[in-house]
Formats: sequence, C-alpha cells, structure tokens
Amino acid sequence: MESTSRASINFDSNHSITIKEMPYIIHWRDDRCKRCGRCTAVCPSKAIVPSVRVQRVVSSEGAIPTPKAIRKVVHVIEQVNDMERYCTGCAVCSLVCPNEAIFPEFNPQNKFLHYKNKGGDGYKRGGRRNDPSISTLDRIKFTRISMLTDPALDAGRHEFRVRTYLGRIMSPESLPLTVDNDSLIIDKSRDQFIPPVREIYPLMIGSMSVGALSPPMWEGLAMGITYLNEVENMPVVMCSGEGGMPPRLLKSRFLKYFIIQIASGYFGWDEIVHCIPKMVEDPAGIEIKYGQGAKPGDGGLLMAQKVLKLIAGIRGVPMYVDLASPPTHQTKYSIEEAVAKMIQSMSMAWGFRVPVYPKISGTKTARAVLNNLARNPYAAALSIDGEDGGTGAAYNVSMDKMGHPIASNLRDCYLDLVKQGKQNELPLIAAGGVGKKGNLAANAAALIMLGASAVSIGKYIMQATADCLGDEYNRCNLCNTGKCPRGITTQDPRLYRRLDSAKIAERVVEVFKSADVELKKIFAPMGRSTELPIGMSDGLSIDDKAMAERLEINYAC
Amino acid sequence: MCRLSAITSSEYISPMEPVIALETMKEGHDGSGLGLTLKDLGGEFEKLKQYPILSGICSTKGMETLDSFMKKSGFKLKHQWSPKIKPVKGIQARDFYFARAYDYPASYKHKSFEEKEDILMNTRLSLRKIGEKDQSIFAFSFFPDIITIKEVGDPLEIAEFFGLQKDTLKAKIILAQGRQNTNYAIYLYACHPFFIQGYSTMTNGENTAFVPIKEFLSSRGFAGYMGYNSDSEVFTHILHYIRKKLKYPLHYYKDVITPLKDSEIQNRKDAEALRLIKQSLRPLCIDGPNMVIGFTPEGYCFMVQDSKKLRPGIVGGVKGKYGLMSEECGLDKIIPNRDRSKDIFPMKYDMIIISPDAKEVKVWNQLQGQA
Repeated sequence: MESTSRASINFDSNHSITIKEMPYIIHWRDDRCKRCGRCTAVCPSKAIVPSVRVQRVVSSEGAIPTPKAIRKVVHVIEQVNDMERYCTGCAVCSLVCPNEAIFPEFNPQNKFLHYKNKGGDGYKRGGRRNDPSISTLDRIKFTRISMLTDPALDAGRHEFRVRTYLGRIMSPESLPLTVDNDSLIIDKSRDQFIPPVREIYPLMIGSMSVGALSPPMWEGLAMGITYLNEVENMPVVMCSGEGGMPPRLLKSRFLKYFIIQIASGYFGWDEIVHCIPKMVEDPAGIEIKYGQGAKPGDGGLLMAQKVLKLIAGIRGVPMYVDLASPPTHQTKYSIEEAVAKMIQSMSMAWGFRVPVYPKISGTKTARAVLNNLARNPYAAALSIDGEDGGTGAAYNVSMDKMGHPIASNLRDCYLDLVKQGKQNELPLIAAGGVGKKGNLAANAAALIMLGASAVSIGKYIMQATADCLGDEYNRCNLCNTGKCPRGITTQDPRLYRRLDSAKIAERVVEVFKSADVELKKIFAPMGRSTELPIGMSDGLSIDDKAMAERLEINYAC
Repeated sequence: MCRLSAITSSEYISPMEPVIALETMKEGHDGSGLGLTLKDLGGEFEKLKQYPILSGICSTKGMETLDSFMKKSGFKLKHQWSPKIKPVKGIQARDFYFARAYDYPASYKHKSFEEKEDILMNTRLSLRKIGEKDQSIFAFSFFPDIITIKEVGDPLEIAEFFGLQKDTLKAKIILAQGRQNTNYAIYLYACHPFFIQGYSTMTNGENTAFVPIKEFLSSRGFAGYMGYNSDSEVFTHILHYIRKKLKYPLHYYKDVITPLKDSEIQNRKDAEALRLIKQSLRPLCIDGPNMVIGFTPEGYCFMVQDSKKLRPGIVGGVKGKYGLMSEECGLDKIIPNRDRSKDIFPMKYDMIIISPDAKEVKVWNQLQGQA
C-alpha cells in the first residue's frame, strides 16, 4: 500500500519511459503542419495524438515590427510515451501528410525489448528476423566469368532454359527403359511406378495463407502467377499456405498453378477433400508443412479478429475464434512411419499424380530428415525454410533467435545427396531471406549454385508487389495485429480496400519477368543456358575464408 | 584451342598421320601436351589382340614397383614395346615409356570379358594410386588392343622424341590431341584422349558444367569415374556410363549431353523415354563450348558438339579412311584426294557416326531421331 501512495504523488514521472526508449521517434514540424489530422487518423498503433499545449507565441502585426509575446493554447501532434502504443516507424503518417510535416526516425538507442512485455507476455509480431546486416547470400559473388577460353552467352539473344523440376526424379539406373530397334522405349511389362514430375520456374511464391493475407493480396498473387503461366509462358507456381483455397479456384483449371499446403491444423482440408471429385486439374503439388523458418518449432495462429465470414467459410470453422495450429502434426510419432504415411495418403488422394513433399524449417537436423526422404521413393522434394523467412505472427524471440541460416543448411543437404548420388533425385527447395536486400535474382542464383533446385520467396514478393513497409529495423511488422496499414495482412475491409489486386498482379508479373532477365544476366556470363546451374559451386566465391570453407566454395577478396 | 585429329581406317596407319594433321592446324603456342590413343593395333601387336596392354610411363623405381605389383596380381608379361627416344630440346625424357602386353592371371583366364574388364580397370587404378603421389608411375590404359601415349610438349616434337616416324607401331583407329592448356595444371593425367574400358574421347573447349557433372559421375559408385584432372575427362565417362552402364544406343550420347527442348522432344518417336532421361540425367547436360571425338569398343567413331557455343569440327574422307578433325586444313593434309563437297560440318543437332573399318558415315539428327 505504501508504494501505491508513493506512485500517486509521483511528480518526477519516475516510472514513465522517455521518448528515447522508443524504437522510432516522431519528428513533427509545427511550422509545416496544417492540423488536418490525417496522420493521427491513419496511425495503426495510435502512437501519435492531437493534443493541446500552452505556448509562448511571438507575433507582430502592422507595417513596423512590433513583436509581442503572448501565451496561448495551440494544437500540436504528440508522440505517446506508452510502449503499448509505440511508433512502429511505418511512416504512413508521412504518406498521408499533405505538407511533409511529419516523419518517424529509427532510434538505435531504443530499449524497446526491455519494455515490450507488458502483462508478462513476450513481444509478438510479424515480419522476419530483425537483423539488417549483410546476409551470407548477399556476400556471395559470381566469379567464374566465361572469358576468352569459354565464350560467354548473350543474355538477350541466346535461348535460356530457366526451368526446374518439382517431383521425385528416378535414378537413371531405375528407369524402366528398353531398347527396341535402336530406340529407347518404356518397358511397360515392368509395370513400374513413375513418380509425377512438374516442370516449373525455379522461383516460386512460398506459402502464405488466405487468412494471413487479405483477400485482394492473395487474389493479386494468384492472378499474377496465372498471367505468368498463361500469357508469359513462365510456369511459376504458388503455395496456398495453410487454410485452404477458395472453392471456386479449387474447381477451376487454374488449380494446376498452385501447391496446396497441409499443415498441423488441417484448416481448409474438409473443403479441399470434398472438392477433389470436382477438380478438373490436379494441383502442382502438395506441401506438408512441418516447420517454418521464421518460427521453428512453433505452430500457427490466426487471430479471432481475422476469422471473418470468408475465412471461416474456406477454413470450415466458426467465425471469430482463434485458429491455432499446433507446433507439430498430432499424428506424427516418427519420421519413418508418420511422415511416410502422410506422403502416401496425400499421394493417394490424387491417384499418385501429384508431387508431395514436406517443408521444414532450417535446422541442424535437416540432414536426418533429408536422408529419410531420400529413402522414401514417394517423397517429391524437400523444402527448407531458413531463419530469415517471414511470418504473419510469431514471438519475437522465435524470429530473432531460433532457426538456421539457409546457405549452409542447404549446402550440407546438397552435399549429402551428392555423396549418395541422389542430388538429382530429390529436389531441394530453398527459402528464407531470399531478396532480403532486394537482390532477388542474385540470391536465388547463389542458392541454385549451392545446390537448390528451386527457390521460394514470400516477404520479398509482398514488399515488391504491395509495398509492404516491414524491414529488418522492426519497421511496421504489425502483420499479427490485423492492422496492416497497407492492407496486406488484414481481414479488415477498411484496410484491405486500400489494395488493388490488379495492381498487385501486374507487379507480380513485373517482378518475375525482371528476375528472369537478371537470372539470365547471371547465367549467361557463366556460360550456362541449357539447364539450371544446380550445384555449379565453382562459379561462386565469398569474401570470408571461414564461410568459403564451410560452403565449400572459393574465397575471393 | 586444343587441336583434335582422329583417323579411322580399314588399313593400318602410322600415328604420325594424325600428328602431322595436328601440326597443320597449329596456331600459336601449343606445348601443353600430346596424347595418342591407338585402337585395333597392327605391327608387332597385331597378333596379340587377346592380351591386355598396359600403357604408361615409369621412373626406374616405379618400374620396379610396377613389376612386383603385376607379378603379385598374377599378370605375366608377354610382350613389350618401348619407343626409341630421340632427345629433343625442351622435352625432358622420363625413365621408361612402355606398352606391355600381359597374359591374364590364371584365375581369370576363363572368366567373362566383363569380369576381365573390371580387373583390368582396377589394376590400372591401383597402379595410378601407387604411383601418383611421387609421379613414379603413370598408367593411362590397360585394355586389349589399345595403346595410349602421352607427354607434355609440342605435339610434333613429342612424336619425333618418341621416334614415331620410324616406328612400326600402327593402328586402324587413332585419336590424337594437341593440348592447349587453359585453366588446369599441365599434368600427364590431364592430357587427352581419356580412356575407360574400351571407350575413349578427346575434346576441345572448356566444359562450363564440369563440377555438377563430375559430382554426378563420382557418386555413381563406380571406381573408374575418378581423376578429373581435366574437365574433359567427364565426356569419356558419360559415354561409358550411358553405353556400358545404362546400355543406351550410342546416339543417345547426344540426347544426354545436349537434351532437346520439350517442344522438340514431342516430335521424336521415343519422346516418352527421352523425357525421362532428360530428367534423370539432367546433371550430365553440358553447355560447351565443346567438340567431342571418340570411339567405342565396337570400333565406331563419332563427333558431337554442344548445342550452342559449338567448337569447330569437320569429318571427311574416302571409303575406308575418314578423318575427324577440329579444322579443315588438318583433313586436307591427311586425305587430300577426297570429295570435299561431301565434307560434313556438324551443327547443333548432329552426331556423326562412322562404322568400324571406316565403311560408312552417318549423320544422326537429334531433331528427327534418325540418320
């Protein structure tokens, strides 16, 4: 009781935090502000408020300067010093300000994490690992340039086959072939199972669910990849994420451009299973999510406020309830049996015509998973999501401190497959931090040359197509709150109506077409065009000896 | 650019012929080495066709090791050829250059040829392993009716150094390569032609996709797929792999190293099979620039190129004698009295296959899937 009475006479504000503790500090210019109130209205975290202040104002009227000082009440914009209403740095206030009167500035001295634990719960957010340093992928350079001994190709003129395979590829020794009249034919008498294999573009859009994403965002991505397939002849595929897909899309001919994800909550699968008899096309693949790079070992959570009518319908759940996916599949008791059975079941649902593969988060144990899958002839690939992958909602500690960088994780797995001679049989899909600094094609090419058959992107595509504001200085990262100021990760119509799905689709097409040009600009001087340079590690260098040794590539400085 | 010169003939010819062709093609510095692989031997080896011949180079100490190893392995020396060395400035003579015909160990006499091939290859690899560190033994080939000669230096000078112009050594198929070394060390095991169990190839150009191809071959679990001191050795091993291991007809070599586009595959009668091999053998796809000349154990010779950057190549001759060269002037020198209008300059879809005894030349077109 004593302490309470003390607090009540706390004239020195001793238990209040100062603005200097805040991660972003608002700079507001009195002289430019016309008090329209747009900034305070739009601020997603209510970090700024209109306020009044008694102020000494000096003014002069008339032909001869006669300055007079008066004290009067003025209207101002103030930053709130409450950590629950911290400025996220999203800068939407600057976006709407007609007079450039306001902007947030990152405060490197902030003590945000010291205070963002009110109520005894850790800080939760969206986005990805808050580490703005240069990633391993961005340190890799392409140094084996074809010169006089091996003419480089012309990226603009030569024909390039920037394609890869999704699906279990048979070893050459096991192909059911026989020679007939100097020609190879399939030996039907062997009645051998030939796994389904899709030819796809090596850059794919990773799993982001309808639910985590707003309807126009998801729709924009879907329209974009459909256009790429149907008009641009680029077989880009996209993964649904957990939570099903709109039934109309499931029954459409466009389903072949989508990988349907099944995760531990099995959300949406009642609808999907019921749609199977009505499907006119098979999906591109089935991804079984066992882990996510951004939050390894964590389940998913779609908060009640995001579960509106549309989402509830697709997922087959009541509206306005929290949808928690457990950290692990409840049926999973061993990789040898449970994972194999899951792959078998999914394969069986589509008559073994669809590639089925697991996705795991980057981990030191990835090779154990890999080796198990290598022995399972129905496993179509392994997708590994590194620590720099993004998410819609997770604890900050999971995002910042848990997980494995993708570069060495992928390389270890690839070299393990090389040892077994299975590097072409089980495609590796790499993800997590691709395009973190904007170098989409270069990061993707580096991963391919380290051994990836395909590369998956998520955060980059949201940044590039829908202007997602998030970055590695914890800017915005409000995805989990349903208050995404861009309308990307929200189910609130007042927010998502800011997004135009047609514009997103247009940007998806631009992003993939420009990445295609850049990939060719990388592959051409390295002299590779007929196939992807998967595992062509002699073309890579890095400026750090330890990293070079670890990745088994060249060191160059 | 490395110079390539191969001759296939119904008559025995001297190895000087392809070397002279190399000399005709010479431009600029070219001292990285000469390699010769002779198949279907005449001269003193004509009557020894059933005996495997070990070709190599040894130091005095290496020869002692080799003798004791071969004796211990049960091989009995039947015949030995050594060149009559004529000192040439710039070429440092090594102690022993040899081609030795051996009789199989008693336990192998009645075994199948397949089993014999394996012991021959494993013996060669063991000798290589024993002598590689101190360079006391170089073993290039160990196979019936095959001789391989290699040395570092200018090709014509090496031929003079070995006294090949006066030697009785003859063969019906000879591959010769004048190496212009670029990015790998000048080293005897890096000299073309490369040989494995009856298959031999030589190449010019640089193999851009060397690393993934090497890794794929090395991981096949076959001891012979090793070495790779040159990025061109993989071409020989791919040939061996698709012919001997996978048992594909020879022309699929082209489909493996330069796979067709999907739109092109659908016009082939064997489209179904082609799609599968394109997927399963994806790591063996080359991107050039390369031209490959080689032979098979049956005596077929072939020329094939990558599908884009295309190192030059020409095939021409008369019935009973054809040359496969990297440049036309080499062919002019060796077979001047041919009908030049019938010379073949293979392009991206072509694989030229010459039947044994140089009887017939076929241009197999990959797009059409037929000759």
